[in-house]
Amino acid sequence: MSAPAPSLEAVGMTMRFGDFTALDNVSLSVPPGSFHALLGENGAGKSTLVKCIMGFYHATSGALLVDYREARIQDPRDAQALGLGMVYQHFTLVPSLSAAENLVISRGDTPALINWAAERARLEAFLAGMPFRVPLDRPVSSLAAGEKQKLEILKQLYLGSRFLILDEPTSVLTPDEADEVLGHVKALTVSGALSVLMISHKFREVRAFADDVTVLRRGALAGRGRVAELTNEDMAAMMMGKAQIGSAPPRTGTPGDAVLELRGARARDRSGFKEIGIEDLKVRAGEIVGVAGISGNGQVELMEVLTGQRRLLSGAMTVQGAPYAATRAQARRHRVRYLPEEPLHNACAPHMSVAENLALRDFDSGRNGTGGRIFLGRARMARRAEELIRSFDIRTRGPQAQIRDLSGGNVQRAALARELSGDVALLVVANPCFGLDFSAARAIRDRLMQARNDGVAVLLISEDLDEILELADRVLVMSDGHITHEARADQAKPAELGRYMAGHAA
Amino acid sequence: MSKISTAVPVAGRGRGLPLLPRLEAFLIPLMALIAGGVLFSLFLLVQGKSPVEFFSLVWRAGFSTAFSWPNTLSRVSPLLFAGLCVAIPARLGLMVIGGEGAIVLGGLAAAVSGAALGGVPAPLGFAVMVIAAMALGGLWLGIVGALRVRRGVNETIASLLMAYIATALFNHFVESVFRDPASLNKPSTRPLPESLRVGDMPVLQAHWGVAVGVLACLLAWLLIERTTLGFAARVTGDNPRAAQVQGFPVAGLVIGFTALAGALAGLGGFFEVAAVHGTANASLISGVGYTGILVAFLARHNPLAIIPVAVLLAGIEASSGLVQRRMDLPDATILVLQGCVFIIVLLSETIQGRLPAALRSLTRRMSNG
Repeated sequence: MSAPAPSLEAVGMTMRFGDFTALDNVSLSVPPGSFHALLGENGAGKSTLVKCIMGFYHATSGALLVDYREARIQDPRDAQALGLGMVYQHFTLVPSLSAAENLVISRGDTPALINWAAERARLEAFLAGMPFRVPLDRPVSSLAAGEKQKLEILKQLYLGSRFLILDEPTSVLTPDEADEVLGHVKALTVSGALSVLMISHKFREVRAFADDVTVLRRGALAGRGRVAELTNEDMAAMMMGKAQIGSAPPRTGTPGDAVLELRGARARDRSGFKEIGIEDLKVRAGEIVGVAGISGNGQVELMEVLTGQRRLLSGAMTVQGAPYAATRAQARRHRVRYLPEEPLHNACAPHMSVAENLALRDFDSGRNGTGGRIFLGRARMARRAEELIRSFDIRTRGPQAQIRDLSGGNVQRAALARELSGDVALLVVANPCFGLDFSAARAIRDRLMQARNDGVAVLLISEDLDEILELADRVLVMSDGHITHEARADQAKPAELGRYMAGHAA
Repeated sequence: MSKISTAVPVAGRGRGLPLLPRLEAFLIPLMALIAGGVLFSLFLLVQGKSPVEFFSLVWRAGFSTAFSWPNTLSRVSPLLFAGLCVAIPARLGLMVIGGEGAIVLGGLAAAVSGAALGGVPAPLGFAVMVIAAMALGGLWLGIVGALRVRRGVNETIASLLMAYIATALFNHFVESVFRDPASLNKPSTRPLPESLRVGDMPVLQAHWGVAVGVLACLLAWLLIERTTLGFAARVTGDNPRAAQVQGFPVAGLVIGFTALAGALAGLGGFFEVAAVHGTANASLISGVGYTGILVAFLARHNPLAIIPVAVLLAGIEASSGLVQRRMDLPDATILVLQGCVFIIVLLSETIQGRLPAALRSLTRRMSNG
């Protein structure tokens, strides 16, 4: 590590898109060798600020100082030349190439013919100076998520970055993996080799690793300070402003009969080479069963089986005791509803109107719904949409607006309004709060708990362990396509669940 | 500032110019038509021909006089059916471009069954011919839908290849088992009896295929926009995953809509045989199935808009003879014009949904500068 870590200052950064101000006169200072956290809800302006720093956006006004000199960053290449590098939430590696190949091709100056022997020697020399390493010769697709994230960080250091911007770097990692990766990063900052600016949602990580914190709210500076001098409550208050963070409604009632049952169910996974297998899964009325797991361990396939998008190779799926294949008639008879993740992509027709999307469940259900069996009831559809928009507080220009124009939280509310209205026996939910801010997530979780208390059987598939521990009565851990662990939520320990999620526990 | 401008429509969407999104459906194809015409004018200028003369000839031969309309209208019917054959599956998100095959086979089925039914009463004879044409056309493209559903075969390629197979089969049968021994230079099926020929409508000097085609457009619009089945199809076309989660019978919709498209193309083939040629021969392989792709795209897959678009393109086609004689340009010139328009139409798809923002930024730039 030759060059010392640079400092970075942003002074009075303002970014306007049309007449919308995404970032309003925000200043931020990261001294050399420090670990700085950037906190804020979704839409608070964190990403905008970082994109201005990296040259993806050109700030409307404001200045950047790198090592106390004004830096004019026109595009990400300028940023890289100044030693600024970014690690994204999702991986930017080529899965089919090895770690070594990924590192070498990431360099802009790679020659057309690569002398691999020479490159290998230089890589080894580079890695010898690093506090951690990764397997160089296996394809990246075979590495665990934590290894990939370490490789992303190594890649930035290999490219000469001395100032790292981490954008929610642990969102795809288990708690243990997150601690390991951030521990290495922290060690590099302590040695003075690196300065870090990390975007995060997680107080735990900010508390454990960051020296200073800057909090944004609605595009403006909401507070800052040394982490050691702030409590979690202080930081939450800065993030939320005056808005109250309610707590979940109380859990009431006891579970009833099993509504959903999967027995010996096997299905192919996405690759087509492996299988997922669910030996025994029961969800009873009036309980929330959480399925925890790291992304890509069969949860998507499980959801597709439950929604009828993926055929069972063997085994049985029953709802209320009857065989179930997720046809429209069966879903209606057994009152089964779904809330897939990213509803705009999985549960809505994006170019159709809010009213039409709200009617997806009942436009063809005859007299009780919004349409007849053959012709659409457009007036009833519009009236119904207005009721749902009011009662679920969906913010839209009107029922006729295209649903893709709504914000993520409002799309999620619309999908939930549709799926939770009427009589529901079973609700299958996947990552319902992914990408939503605090208050939107709170509202969705309250609705789920309310549904549970009303006697709905809820299956909650989520990558957010905190969400599962808050909502679920029972927790199942899914790893490598199978359910590997079951625990009562009130007795479960996050660290232990994390080990099962990573597939390490035996 | 080019990077930022992509964010502008998101932030500004929905404010000001509220009518534009609706107008857009009309304005974009219109602009594409004009731009295609300009591109084609360059093509003419390079050859030393006058675009002004060309377009005034098109106007005169296609639209302006009482003599031009019968010629134009007689070409409308197959364009209506061919356009529907592309537009209906397109609403389900399927790009079926092989309507030509269903037209050709539908025409063959109508010609063969009609010629075999010499003595039967006309209503019964017509019924059999129509059913035969629609069944064979429907089966032909229904296979494309089934391949898509069962085996994941790309419907665009499959329908195109099926169209080649259809024309090959057509030629094979017309030149062998179904050949009328009396047809010497141009192998044809036996001519239809006079009683099974479709005549002209009163007043309008065009055959009944035009009226039936217009009716088919109206019914297709009703099906897609006003029925629950059409609603499910539109949702499926917009987002197949959401449709599956909702438990829609996606496989049935795909097969049903492709079969319906094929049946309508087959009906178009029936009218070409029963109202125009009176027999099935190589004249039936006219490429109108491919022009239908242009019709559907210009109409933005809206069955009602297919009607005016078909009339427009029919008028341009009708003028081709006059253009040939007066300007000494080959027959294929009209195809060049169609090609120019089509390329621009496909290009203009990319500004769909962005027109309001594009105009706003243009007005802003103009007021600043």
